[in-house]
Amino acid sequence: MARTEWHPGRVGRRTVLLGASAAAGLPLARPAIAQERKLVVGVVLPLSGTFADQGKNYEDGIKAFQKVNGTKVGNITVETVMRDDQGPASGDLSRRMTQELIQRSRAEIILGYSFTPNAMSAASLLTEAKRPAIIINAATSVITERSPYFTRISMTLPQLSASLGQWAAKSGIKTVYTIVSDYAPGLDAETWFTKAFEAGGGKVIGGARTPVSAMEYSPFLQRAIEAKPDAVFGFNPGGDVSVAFMKQTKERGLTEAGIKLLVTGDVVDDNLVPAMGDALDGVISALHYQVELQNPANQRFLSAFREVAGANAVPSYRTVQGYDGMALIYHALQASGGKTDAESIMNAIKGARLDSPRGPITIDPATRDIVQNIYIRRGQRLGSGWANIAFETIEGVKDPAK
Amino acid sequence: MSGLVSILADGIAYGMLLFLFSIGLSITLGLMRFINLAHGAFAMCGGYVAATLLNLYGVPFLLTLPAAAIFTALVGMAAERSVIRHVYGMPELQQVLFSIGLAFAAGAVANIIFGPQQQPMILPDWLTSRVDILGVEITGYRLFLMGFGLVAAGLLAALFNFTLFGARVRAAVDNRRAAEGIGINVGRLFAITFALGAGFAGLGGALAVGFLGLDPTFPLKYLVLVLMVVAIGGPGSIGGSFAAAIALGAIDAVFKYFVPQVGGFVIYGLLVLMMLFFPRGLAGRTA
Amino acid sequence: MRLTRLGAGLPLLLAALAGYFLFPDYLTLFTSLFILAAFALSYDLLQGHAGVVSLGHAVFFGTGAYTAALLAAHGVQEPVTGLVVALLVSGLLALLLTRLVVVGNDLTRLLITLGIGFLMLEAANQARWLTGGADGMSDFTMGPVLGLFRFDFAGETAFFYSLAVLVLVYAFLWRLTTSPFGLALRGIRENVRRMPAIGAPVSRHLATAYTISGGIAGVAGAVLAQTSNFASLDMLGFERSAEVMMMATLGGTGSIPGVVLGAAGFSYLKDALSAVSPKYWHLGIGLVLMASVFVLRGGIAGGFTALLRRLRGRA
Repeated sequence: MARTEWHPGRVGRRTVLLGASAAAGLPLARPAIAQERKLVVGVVLPLSGTFADQGKNYEDGIKAFQKVNGTKVGNITVETVMRDDQGPASGDLSRRMTQELIQRSRAEIILGYSFTPNAMSAASLLTEAKRPAIIINAATSVITERSPYFTRISMTLPQLSASLGQWAAKSGIKTVYTIVSDYAPGLDAETWFTKAFEAGGGKVIGGARTPVSAMEYSPFLQRAIEAKPDAVFGFNPGGDVSVAFMKQTKERGLTEAGIKLLVTGDVVDDNLVPAMGDALDGVISALHYQVELQNPANQRFLSAFREVAGANAVPSYRTVQGYDGMALIYHALQASGGKTDAESIMNAIKGARLDSPRGPITIDPATRDIVQNIYIRRGQRLGSGWANIAFETIEGVKDPAK
Repeated sequence: MSGLVSILADGIAYGMLLFLFSIGLSITLGLMRFINLAHGAFAMCGGYVAATLLNLYGVPFLLTLPAAAIFTALVGMAAERSVIRHVYGMPELQQVLFSIGLAFAAGAVANIIFGPQQQPMILPDWLTSRVDILGVEITGYRLFLMGFGLVAAGLLAALFNFTLFGARVRAAVDNRRAAEGIGINVGRLFAITFALGAGFAGLGGALAVGFLGLDPTFPLKYLVLVLMVVAIGGPGSIGGSFAAAIALGAIDAVFKYFVPQVGGFVIYGLLVLMMLFFPRGLAGRTA
Repeated sequence: MRLTRLGAGLPLLLAALAGYFLFPDYLTLFTSLFILAAFALSYDLLQGHAGVVSLGHAVFFGTGAYTAALLAAHGVQEPVTGLVVALLVSGLLALLLTRLVVVGNDLTRLLITLGIGFLMLEAANQARWLTGGADGMSDFTMGPVLGLFRFDFAGETAFFYSLAVLVLVYAFLWRLTTSPFGLALRGIRENVRRMPAIGAPVSRHLATAYTISGGIAGVAGAVLAQTSNFASLDMLGFERSAEVMMMATLGGTGSIPGVVLGAAGFSYLKDALSAVSPKYWHLGIGLVLMASVFVLRGGIAGGFTALLRRLRGRA
């Protein structure tokens, strides 16, 4: 009622426009192959500024998937429209981009959100518009509870850090000092590592929380060394911050002091490894993907990725998340028999099983969160460079926070 | 105790980098009254020159440093002669707008040429090994940075205080008209000074890659720290900038060490206090 | 003089309304332009009228955003009430900070406000129980405006709501800056030493201006939080502070319609360029900013005045 008072002329204008376009479209309509249609996937990624590197990784993954699998699923041509949400320094922008993709570009499925606030800000909008959204990265556990249309294809930090904590406890590490970035994901990492590690009999004897964009870790590392733990557990937000962190652990001589370094795998992302060099030596990390995994899906992914990004390019775990995001959309379109309404898509997504480059993955039908293998890796020399090599697999890990 | 000393040494080495980044901005702000927020772009330029030479052409690390400094100085000179000199006379806010625009554009160009990823820079072994000096352990690279910073500061101070060139620059700053009247070519003087500042930033950038990483957002990433150094040191003062940069590095390190919970933010609190009580910076000159 | 400045408001309002009818798919973009224009106007009361620069104005914007979000999360869901409270809270904060932010010269002020900005950002990051930290606050629902108009998906309510706020801010600031108080501010900007000599209470005037400016920035932030159902740390961050300074300067600092155009133009340009090239649009923005100082001396308002003068000269 309120809305008709608000804009009396509104309905008329829309109807006229609609009528006009319908009239213009009539002579071209071909009823026999009317099922041939286009589906727009709206993609919201950080493509400029500080986090442009991440955005490019996801984008490469999306492109690689379409290179392998084409753009058609049955009668549906899948088209992507990309928008830049500029990373976490503009949470409300990701909401507006989502709205514009749905309204202007007629996107029926959204794929994206590298950062938690960006996903959080879009949650209520997706619920209202009834649009399924695949979270390409944002790793805070609670996100998927904020809208029934969210599905996560990436990982949660508790998945990684609890797996690592568990492994540390049973591998003879008794005491740990934690160094995490001082913001929500860092606290998640700290909490879940500690929980799993102490449940296994270990003890966290101290810790530091560092400014998110800090580039100088030397004082924190010195503190850690003086605490004489068996190992240091580290988490920070990737990119140059992680490169600086890793280089300084080497510089400060953590290993010489007899202290192991444990990090969540995103800190030593495969495509940061060249910049870290020998700082990677002996570092233990937990992640859901790495380049050296031996399985047919990974071979397919790698060859497509190299076609997209260049023969010498190294993919990030983010690239695989982009790839799998598209894989999940294709899977859903197939399983729903071409129905693209939100309920059909969501039903097809829940419980989906995919053969991913990272190994078998499933979407937990109850939480719409990913269940996957977590690999425990060790940094070691490989050829002329360095690599994270998996030596233990923890299968079918659910988000422990749910 | 030796832990604290070695932390201090690390902080001072970090301060040296900040000094190299900021000295050019301090000179252009103090001497030419030009607010160059794009100064970080010169550091980035030096970084890319060094990384490209090292990774692509296998040039030894020590040779990449002068190459980066000279190349960046030339770029700075070209930029100054073609565009930037027309901005000197503009109101401050217009200068801010122009130089922010320049920083954006420079970052985008780097993104187009080199891509958004981190540039790898593997330092030679003799720089990454650890050295024991009187029971205090420090890495070769930090020691190297300290030495470099000291030499650079000494050279600059000598240049501005004891040479004819320095006297001319100071004269031109105090009274441009009179300086021109006695036959000093002020335009050329400013161009050389600007190139000098750019060259030092380029050197700082080249030294920073192995330590702080390098990507196209570099021009704006260190802007805040650099502004802090310039303001605390007092614009135009080489000694002031040097002291401010070293103090910033050392204080930051000590607080992070003793109070890890809040240590990273103490510098901002100190910045506010410092500015309240010494609004003109350590050197006390007006901008 | 008076007439032309008042007159600029009406075409701007008509243009905004025309946008509603011509581009119905762009309402959320327009809404964000209105919010930024109001924010830029609040900032320009300091920079353009009182001559006090700042690199921390987003502190008040973000405070307003969190105030509105927190109110809604604790049961006060009517948006206009939220605006009033945000106005008071941000205004009060500005009043408390006044003594710190008006000392020294321009560089000192920039650095002090910058430092305060970083400290506030970190305080908000630490106060996770209150602000949600880096995850942002999205766990609240907004009620209908005045109990009548619900925020809808297409953004129609948000459009008119933010436009109404912008119109009020515009009219209020126009009245304020042409009042004796506004003239006193200009006097402070032009010659701060002489003002006490003619009996003007400089520090009280500056405190008043700062309080009003902070309060309005808070209102703009509250509108953003309410219309996007979200509040986050970046809303009080350095980038927003730097951006509002650029928008005001680009528009023509000291001119109310100029600043509105600057904010709207800059944000629209960003949006359009980033849609064309999501990766490399920084190059376009950078070139436009660099060119603007040569083409538009004195910002959009300055360029417009120069154009008018030339046209008149020809006639």
